[in-house]
Amino acid sequence: MQQQFRQKLIISIVAWAIAIIMFFPIFWMVLTGFKTEVDAVASPPQLFFKPTLESYAEVQQRANYVFFAWNSILISVGATICAILLAVPAAYAMAFFPTKRTRKTLLWMLSTKMLPPVGVLVPIYLLMRDAGLLDNRLALVIVYTLMNLPIAVWLLFTFFKEVPHDILEAGRMDGAKPRQEIWMILLPLALPGIASTALLSVILCWNEAFWSLNLTSSSAAPLTTFIASFSSPEGLFFAKLSAASTIAIAPIMVFGWMSQKQLVQGLTFGAVK
Amino acid sequence: MDMTHSASLSTMIGGQKGRAVRTLPLMAPSVGLLFLWMIVPLVMTLWFSFQNYNLVDPTNNGFAGLDNYTYLITDPALWSALVNTLVLLGSVLVITVGGGTLLAVLFNQPFFGRGIARVLVISPFFVMPTVAALMWKDLMMHPIYGVISSVLRGIGLSPIDWFADLPMGSVVLIVSWEWLPFALLILLTALQSMDHEQKEAARMDGARAVTMFFFITLPHLRRAIGVVVMMETIFLLSVFAEILVTTSGGPGDATTNLAFLVYIKALLQFDIGGASAGGVIAIILANIVAAFLVRSIARNLEV
Repeated sequence: MQQQFRQKLIISIVAWAIAIIMFFPIFWMVLTGFKTEVDAVASPPQLFFKPTLESYAEVQQRANYVFFAWNSILISVGATICAILLAVPAAYAMAFFPTKRTRKTLLWMLSTKMLPPVGVLVPIYLLMRDAGLLDNRLALVIVYTLMNLPIAVWLLFTFFKEVPHDILEAGRMDGAKPRQEIWMILLPLALPGIASTALLSVILCWNEAFWSLNLTSSSAAPLTTFIASFSSPEGLFFAKLSAASTIAIAPIMVFGWMSQKQLVQGLTFGAVK
Repeated sequence: MDMTHSASLSTMIGGQKGRAVRTLPLMAPSVGLLFLWMIVPLVMTLWFSFQNYNLVDPTNNGFAGLDNYTYLITDPALWSALVNTLVLLGSVLVITVGGGTLLAVLFNQPFFGRGIARVLVISPFFVMPTVAALMWKDLMMHPIYGVISSVLRGIGLSPIDWFADLPMGSVVLIVSWEWLPFALLILLTALQSMDHEQKEAARMDGARAVTMFFFITLPHLRRAIGVVVMMETIFLLSVFAEILVTTSGGPGDATTNLAFLVYIKALLQFDIGGASAGGVIAIILANIVAAFLVRSIARNLEV
């Protein structure tokens, strides 16, 4: 008993030490966001200081932070809604009326995720330029929808398969058309699954930084692009960078904590449960 | 007997009725769009890679044959970019998969405050790449104001100018910090589905912790580790934001990977043909990995 307790104590200390080291940069950034620019570069770094909201106020006043946050929200939510609307009918068809080709179709959809973005940067950039969509939110909505569509189909497919077929069949017997069947019976039953699919899609869109950096610059820039503008070497704005970054990652981190399980399923296409 | 017979009959009818639902219109939008998304850029990239096409020099156009490729292959920048891509990929994989496996085993043990500790340790995965990179560059690794420099000074060592002296090491550090939680999260999930009875039996037989790790835990994790390696590979081949905001590929081309080289060629030098040839090379690299990944996922797919 004594020995078991000691072992548990040692594991606790090691695990917590690692957890704290991993989380430390985030913790330090949140802290720095509440400092003045002077305190932020104080040497040695200060753990205790007089907190201020100065940097938050300035990020909004000088850089119009809310505008970029709004872009991020519109793009992630827009792309997520499009992806789910496209994915629900396809996942429904494959989950309830599988044919010989269903397996192949699913794997093919997965394989479209394997195309590295850098391989198609040139054509997508030129297509968007010719369509007048450079630095336009619509460009990112289109790209993110297609990027997340395979994941959405896969996740919804696995969730739909867990819905008892009898219930849907009963509805069909009563003369429900597919559209009614999806809306009135399937969606309410699979709502938790759809919610977690949406959550994963929002997380992935929010943090995507390859396409946002290459396709947007100012008027359609989401937070990933906005934060990158702090990399310019003129002047070090540690406190403002930290304040802006903290609000940029806070909502998604909470979402992420909430949806760990679905995250694993979605990111591994159900290969790890 | 009669009951089961009629039941199977009704499912048969139900099944037939089911097949009467036309699935084509339901599938078509997703399949069609994904098909376009895959094939159009792919064909365009291939097409451009055989063309002379420069955005700022419209006189230089037409079929280039293999010129873009021969130019690229004889360009030392490509080889150093390939080496950088593979060094980045290999280092991050070793760190995240090795570290992730050990951490998964550790965080699977019962200990005080496990729930909160787990949340803390996976948090870096949810930090957007530009924030992660700048947070490390400015707050942690800055040679004067960074926390690491202060710690080094505090223990009497001289601070390191990370991005000048150890550029690739610094990028590896940042990217590993982002992906270690991913490996941990997946492997931890896989561990939780492990058969407890098997573990108990081994413990009863007097197996030691190390033996258990190598003969029970590791074989159980093999598939999950495979998936982690392959998923990470797909993403790590395109590491871009972390490089753009920290080193911009430098100093020199010390941290220019394939993704960054294509970006430089396309959007800074406007050499569409050359950039496309680079893109094709990236696609070939990714496809080699993807073939394995799809096969391993297919094995687990029940339709």
